[in-house]
Amino acid sequence: MNRLKSTFQEIARYPSAVLGMVIILALVAVAIYAVIAIPYNEAVRLWQGGEGVWEEYPRLSPPAWFNWFASKKAPETIVLKSETGGGKKEAVDLSETSRAITITFTFDYSYDDFPRELIVFFRPRYPTSTESPRQTFASLTWITPDGREIRLAKINLRPKEVYHISQDSELVRRLEKFVPPGVAIRPQDLVPEKVLFLDPGQEKPTPLKGTYTLILRGTTFEAGADLDATFVSYGQLYGLAGTDHYRRDLMIALLWGAPIALSFGLLAAFGTTVTTMIIAAIGTWFGGIVDGIIQRITEVNMVIPLLPILIMVGTFYQRSIWVMLGLVILLSIFGSGIKTYRAIFLQIKESPYIEAARAYGASNWRIVFLYLVPRIIPMLIPQLVVLIPAYVFLEASLAYLGLGDPTLPTWGKVINDANANGALNNGQYYWVIEPAILLMVTGLGFALVGFALDRIFNPKLRGV
Amino acid sequence: MAQAVPAVPAEQRLPAVRESALLRTLRRIALYTGVRVVVLFITVVIGVYLTILIANMGGYVDKLLEGEITEKVALQIMGNQAMRQLPVEERNRLYEEMVQLERQRLGLDTPFLVRSLIYLQNALTLDLGHARQMSSDSGSRQVRLILLERLPSTLVLFATSNLILFFVSVFLALALSRAYGSFFDRLVIALAPTSSAPGWFYGIFLLLIFAAVLGILPYGGMVDAPPPSDPLMYALSLLKHLILPVMALLISASAVSIYNWRTFFLIYSSEDYVEMAKAKGLPSRMIERRYILRPTMPTIVTSFALTLIGLWGGAIILETVFNWPGLGRLYYQAIGQTETPVIVAEAVIYAYLLAITVFVLDFVYALIDPRVKVGGGAKQ
Repeated sequence: MNRLKSTFQEIARYPSAVLGMVIILALVAVAIYAVIAIPYNEAVRLWQGGEGVWEEYPRLSPPAWFNWFASKKAPETIVLKSETGGGKKEAVDLSETSRAITITFTFDYSYDDFPRELIVFFRPRYPTSTESPRQTFASLTWITPDGREIRLAKINLRPKEVYHISQDSELVRRLEKFVPPGVAIRPQDLVPEKVLFLDPGQEKPTPLKGTYTLILRGTTFEAGADLDATFVSYGQLYGLAGTDHYRRDLMIALLWGAPIALSFGLLAAFGTTVTTMIIAAIGTWFGGIVDGIIQRITEVNMVIPLLPILIMVGTFYQRSIWVMLGLVILLSIFGSGIKTYRAIFLQIKESPYIEAARAYGASNWRIVFLYLVPRIIPMLIPQLVVLIPAYVFLEASLAYLGLGDPTLPTWGKVINDANANGALNNGQYYWVIEPAILLMVTGLGFALVGFALDRIFNPKLRGV
Repeated sequence: MAQAVPAVPAEQRLPAVRESALLRTLRRIALYTGVRVVVLFITVVIGVYLTILIANMGGYVDKLLEGEITEKVALQIMGNQAMRQLPVEERNRLYEEMVQLERQRLGLDTPFLVRSLIYLQNALTLDLGHARQMSSDSGSRQVRLILLERLPSTLVLFATSNLILFFVSVFLALALSRAYGSFFDRLVIALAPTSSAPGWFYGIFLLLIFAAVLGILPYGGMVDAPPPSDPLMYALSLLKHLILPVMALLISASAVSIYNWRTFFLIYSSEDYVEMAKAKGLPSRMIERRYILRPTMPTIVTSFALTLIGLWGGAIILETVFNWPGLGRLYYQAIGQTETPVIVAEAVIYAYLLAITVFVLDFVYALIDPRVKVGGGAKQ
């Protein structure tokens, strides 16, 4: 206990190590938060979920805080749901079987750019008894802040109707007449999500700021039928981390990347160094044929390159992160570390206290585990800490090659996704930078602490 | 004369003693060499055999191949008007026959265990054979040609960067070990942790900055497309493509490399005999050359040799990031296409290079370090 305390006091003397400790603690905090806030199954469900989970998120959007640094405010995503009070819903009975339902969505738009996409998700409810319901009929009207009314479409609502305003070809055809006179619009800008927001006072196409209204008039033709809807104006920014090509919130991957990276790095570093050390100790102590066999296996292992084997196993058999972890440990047990440890153990083996232990009749295993191994632990700890980032990056490397865990979100997989979708060429830098910075910070944190520990535990280095 | 009598046998005896000492040395070296060669060869055999087993997925690749064959034969029969008009039984017989023929051609009729040993023999005799799908840019299926075609690009990239890295870090470290505690020394210590990130990782950042944002350097590849015909322009184009990957490697590896060498030299320069030399007033160049570099030579040579053989195979991920047509990316592509001949070929050449280097190093140690005797340490 005292020794631990003095170690910490020594660490505090190295400012870089203190910084490293702060980084590691912050990462651990993020990891704990991630696991508690988004349980494992939930994280997998969210990350694997397709459009169903993410339909209300904009595609490929940088984080919302980009607006703080921009002079022109890019639009954020506006989601209005009639069930939760996002839209005002009124219903009037027309007859026994028919009702008129009006849903009015009103929202303030005060951004300097046009939204990406406009979609209305309808949720008509028909009494369950009917197999093929008489469909509710709906019409949509758009009202701009200056009072212009634009009729959008009239549709019969199937049970899960989605109306893409931006892709309504019938609307696009008559779009030209909704362009206010005086606005010079290029043909490629003649799309609903721009024309519906045009400011009549400006020659250059600019969005008009103010309160917009979307009125949805539905008529049901069955007793007990009802209608709800969601209106989404997809912005160009989203959330704290932005979204990817599947509209997924990157925050989930960034948060969950922390516990995965930490546990993979820690377990791999711990597993490889400790097993290597114990095997080196056993080989040195028993000597002779045991030592010979261990030495030969180590040499065979040196011929087999680690990364290609991992890639082969990932490609041919299994990509689960835990299989990879097991394999990394298995292949590193007889790693080159054995030679280094062996050299040190050979020296320790001759020390008088080992002779004393032998004299009082200590068993071989007692000597190995209680007298040999503990002596080398101070050397082992810095190495273990320095190895952690190496394994964190190994996992990222595999993920970068497309061999990441198939279900879990990790930082490396985000970088891989970004690369596969040309994020750098398309200017979606946030997509690459966010996970990359997290990886970098993780690596740096452990390396800072490891290098300081190395100097603390190895007095030979302290003087120099 | 009486005095000369004992002198003559003494003179004769002396060379005899020397000769037998030389003989003993030679015998010791021969024995050691023999044992070492056998042990290293067994090591290579086991390593290569394991690679063959893994690359063939323990025989699973055969199943994939058989699937391919049946599909191919079925398509062949469907596509042939004359065969399609044959009666069903006749056609089935023909189908079976063709499948059997194809299996024989690929050697699938012998059990995998037997074939794996044949593969091993071919690999060890460096009979690299033919690839199944992959071909070199010149259209050859010969694995030897495919590898040779990729070798220059890997060598250009990694020889440039690793040799720069090695010599720069050794010499800077030597200079720093003398300027212990100076600003640059502390800078290197402070920067050492940045090396925890691998080269490809910095490569992504460099691509982001220089290719995506600034747009002054290419995203990847080795030369412009189409390759310039003028040799000078070709070299310039190659140079332009070389900047980012070399930078990525240097950024990731240089700080820790300098740091490690510096620490290593510092430990040696605090030895008593160095203090003694300093006290004698020897010039620092001489101290460096005779008292620090000399005893550290084996380590430096080992490191250099391992750097050299590390060039084989390149770096899988760095080459993938920069789209560099080298051996590393070939390895990765070969794995992706279950192209076992190529995988095994790269593995066996690496194994041989490593074994030869390890073998040669033993003798180099004895040459450059008088304290080391070849085979002398074997009994310890």
